[in-house]
Amino acid sequence: MSYPVESNPRFENYAHPEALVSTQWVAENLGQPGLVLMECNEDILLYSTGHIEGAVKIDWHTELNHPDNRDYINGSEMAKLLSSKGISREDTIVLYGDKSNWWATYAMWVFKLFGHEDIRIMDGGRSKWVEEGRALTKDVPERSVTDYPVIARDDSSIRAFKDDVLAHFGKPMIDVRSPAEYTGEKLHMPDYPNEGASRGGHIPTARSVPWSKAVNEDQTFKTIEELNQIYRVDAGISDASDVIAYCRIGERSSHTWFVLTYLLGIPKVRNYDGSWTEWGSTVRVPIVKGEEPGAVPVGF
Amino acid sequence: MSTTPGAQEIISAFAEVPQNLKLELLLEYSENLPDLPERYKDHPELLERVEECQSPVYLFVELDEQNIVNIFLTAPDEAPTTKGFASLLQLALDQQPADTVLNFDDSFVDALGITDLVSPLRIRGLQGMLMRIKRQVKEKMI
Repeated sequence: MSYPVESNPRFENYAHPEALVSTQWVAENLGQPGLVLMECNEDILLYSTGHIEGAVKIDWHTELNHPDNRDYINGSEMAKLLSSKGISREDTIVLYGDKSNWWATYAMWVFKLFGHEDIRIMDGGRSKWVEEGRALTKDVPERSVTDYPVIARDDSSIRAFKDDVLAHFGKPMIDVRSPAEYTGEKLHMPDYPNEGASRGGHIPTARSVPWSKAVNEDQTFKTIEELNQIYRVDAGISDASDVIAYCRIGERSSHTWFVLTYLLGIPKVRNYDGSWTEWGSTVRVPIVKGEEPGAVPVGF
Repeated sequence: MSTTPGAQEIISAFAEVPQNLKLELLLEYSENLPDLPERYKDHPELLERVEECQSPVYLFVELDEQNIVNIFLTAPDEAPTTKGFASLLQLALDQQPADTVLNFDDSFVDALGITDLVSPLRIRGLQGMLMRIKRQVKEKMI
């Protein structure tokens, strides 16, 4: 049985309030059996400088990504990884991290490829916890090794590949990068390294909805009314939509995937993790520059 | 390609610790990055942004009459990996002759044995800092 859900008026109007917890709730539930806190950051050393008591570290790059192929680890590798971290299939995982929870939602998305059922995001992430003056520790928890089962990774429902995108022109597609990346003015997000895209612009017909529209200044998620306005009214997404979201390498679009799936309750949302670093370097795929989504390309 | 006593010391330090403690060592270095002197703290516009880094990292290079290099680097506490890299370069290159800095081995970081631990993507920030240090030295040489 999974851990009791937080009852919080702030979350109750979201489609899946059970997918969020507040910093206060985390503080009140520290160390409870069946509940595993997990920190996932952009910076690999940040956890070591201090983390929430009992939190396990997970690194998106060195642990979740395949070491050689541009892909994720497989079922047996995931079983080994989570077993070594002392996590059981039945555990409730609460993820949080730096950078507005980009990597926390990315890790959640990867775990969902393996169908781990109960995963929640700490609203506001690491920075909110720190801003509130809550305690951090350098103590690394010692958890007994578990026997996490080998589950085959299922890429069919929440992951999109380049060929899926090629067949998706004209259907709801969201580019969650910064406006300058969308127009093609910049190849990578402001202040970030270029990770290899050789062309700038966006995928034809994709609408620009930067991920950051979904969060408040303290990095918590906006209210359901605000989110409905942004995604349903302005971007034209409905429950019937088949949505693909992408960014640069799939981290910011995991954030939007979370918002669309768990806060708005859109049933079919896929994250295209190849994202711009794949599309912008692929030979003979169409690209649109400028502020307009562009027309459905002919002959693709 | 040249090296420096500071760089050699860092390489030995990383070689001496086992694989599973190398990241901890990088963290220790990150904690020892000196603060910027007052004259730069008050004048952030003098500092150059290292765009290859995923966090706001700034650097400034000064050369004295003998072309000895002074390096100033700053990185946020929330980005300890980047701060650690900044600290390594500061220790390796500060107070060295300009020629030594210009010829400094670009593959320095490979000798630390941390590329797989940190991931190559994250290593790129360090290369960006080194590249910009060298460029500033070249521009400022007398």
